[in-house]
Amino acid sequence: MATSIVAENVTKEFTLRYHRTFKEVTVAKARGHKTSDRFNAIDDLSFTVEEGESIGLMGLNGSGKSTLLKMINGVMRPDQGSLLTRGRIAGLIATGAGFHPQLSGSENLVLNAAILGMTERELKRKYDDIVEFAGLGRLLDAPVGHYSSGQKARLGFAVAVHVDSDIFLADEVLAVGDKPFRSKCMKKMMQIRDSGRTLVYVSHSPASVERMCSRVIVLEQGRLGFDGDPKAAIHYLEYDTPEDGEELTDEQMGNDI
Amino acid sequence: MTDVAVPVAEKPLRSPAPASGLLSVLRQRYLLRLLVQREISARYQGSFLGLLWSYINPLTQFFIYWFVIGFLFQMHKDVPHYPIHLFAALIIVHFFTETFVAGTRSIMRNKALVVKMAMPREMFPVATMLVSLYHVGPQMVILVVVCVLSGWTPDPVGMLCLALALLIIAAIGLSGALLFSAANVFFRDFGNIVNVLTNFVRFGVPMMYPYVIVHDRFGRFADLYLLNPLADAVVLFQRAFWVGTVPDADRVRIEQHYGGPMMPDHLITHGVLALLGCLVILAFSQWVFTRLENKIPERL
Ligand SMILES: Nc1ncnc2c1ncn2[C@@H]1O[C@H](COP(=O)(O)OP(=O)(O)O)[C@@H](O)[C@H]1O
Ligand SMILES: [Mg+2]
Repeated sequence: MATSIVAENVTKEFTLRYHRTFKEVTVAKARGHKTSDRFNAIDDLSFTVEEGESIGLMGLNGSGKSTLLKMINGVMRPDQGSLLTRGRIAGLIATGAGFHPQLSGSENLVLNAAILGMTERELKRKYDDIVEFAGLGRLLDAPVGHYSSGQKARLGFAVAVHVDSDIFLADEVLAVGDKPFRSKCMKKMMQIRDSGRTLVYVSHSPASVERMCSRVIVLEQGRLGFDGDPKAAIHYLEYDTPEDGEELTDEQMGNDI
Repeated sequence: MTDVAVPVAEKPLRSPAPASGLLSVLRQRYLLRLLVQREISARYQGSFLGLLWSYINPLTQFFIYWFVIGFLFQMHKDVPHYPIHLFAALIIVHFFTETFVAGTRSIMRNKALVVKMAMPREMFPVATMLVSLYHVGPQMVILVVVCVLSGWTPDPVGMLCLALALLIIAAIGLSGALLFSAANVFFRDFGNIVNVLTNFVRFGVPMMYPYVIVHDRFGRFADLYLLNPLADAVVLFQRAFWVGTVPDADRVRIEQHYGGPMMPDHLITHGVLALLGCLVILAFSQWVFTRLENKIPERL
């Protein structure tokens, strides 16, 4: 087995700007207030993912999950350390995949597929499957700006799962879909997992992470909090104590954002 | 893109960041073509006249200038076929300002794509430049029709000048678009700076006035005027079209009147040098863009 993702001491620093305009900055400076803060969204993170592993990425809001996925997918580069991947990457970075609101669903579909690296021929072959998976019907001819966030996610997910990728990333994709679509996605992701591709799946839902993943990485303010067995990770996160004594059901799968 | 038929284990472990730079844009021609098509269809989405607008806009400008400068200021008398002189220049100026202004906004406008998808971000300024070039088409059709009616026939030197003019504008327009589109992400002020800059463009090129005046006023410093690549492109473009419509008698008359040549000497040499200069500027812009690019997704 080959390594699929290798992160070594990866650090990503963000600058939070409190003021933007010249006037605001001058006023804040004059009063001795800080105009910006730097912090590490990902802080000295190292891990290795083997080919074919399915990794659950968990952590509280703001712990750096999306930032990490953006670095794996190549949108952002680490400020320090190195992050290397093997093979083609596809997936959804947060619900929706960069659609142009004025263009129709089908035009966006074609563009999106091209950005994910599909060739014209590959797309021709898979077009009907994608359309069927998205299940949007006539809506595909309407501008994407009029779609609900769930419908956008459908379209994005449908394109992403049809790309022949070696690494599949999914960032809270299921959070906005309706139940039938969610189970369809879960099935598709399991299929991806079982085909031996590497999967990185961000979710807050313990039930779906346990079903999907063989290993969980927990981020805590950008640092590695836990890395190991899903059950132990969920226990570590204290996600296994239902608040109102409720049982966890499929119903709750990815119900949260 | 990597071939999926190859087992993963045989693929190299590498940085997932997309190859960037203008050359990698050229390698992804299919995506570039889609972006250009998208841009063109999005611009006229929901408009009844559609592509006709790309004729209407330059035509109205043309008539306004023609009326004010030509009719009110009586430039017609000095410059033979003044409307052609003006319109030819207008096409070039338009090509440049469209590329520069729309290109500067291109990355901001495609924010959704830039922050989520890994692709060379030079794609957006390049696509904008190609969209502007696409709009040059209809305008040149009008120009050629008018020129043919005025007795113009194509000549090889003229066609060389035409190619040089378009290449110069493509290179310098793209340089501006690259530099300012990246800068605009950090401070939106750059979008406004561009608007101010484009106000000067019209006056820095022989559009409302003929080149021969420049020669008359600046004398031997006329060569300095030609350091502006936009002026070179306009003169080259006029050489390609307008000059062919001017009868020899008229040419001799104005050259005697102003005591200078109607077109600069060594025009082709000037054009080639200007193009080389623009390519150097383009390389510099690419260098700056690469420096800024890393921070673009997080600043959007
Ligand atoms: N472009 C950005 N500029 C500044 N701060 C950012 C930016 N993107 C994310 N952050 C901050 O980085 C931290 C991690 O964000 P994120 O990776 O989206 O968290 P998660 O996906 O785990 O909820 C958060 O505190 C967030 O506010
Ligand atoms: Mg997130």
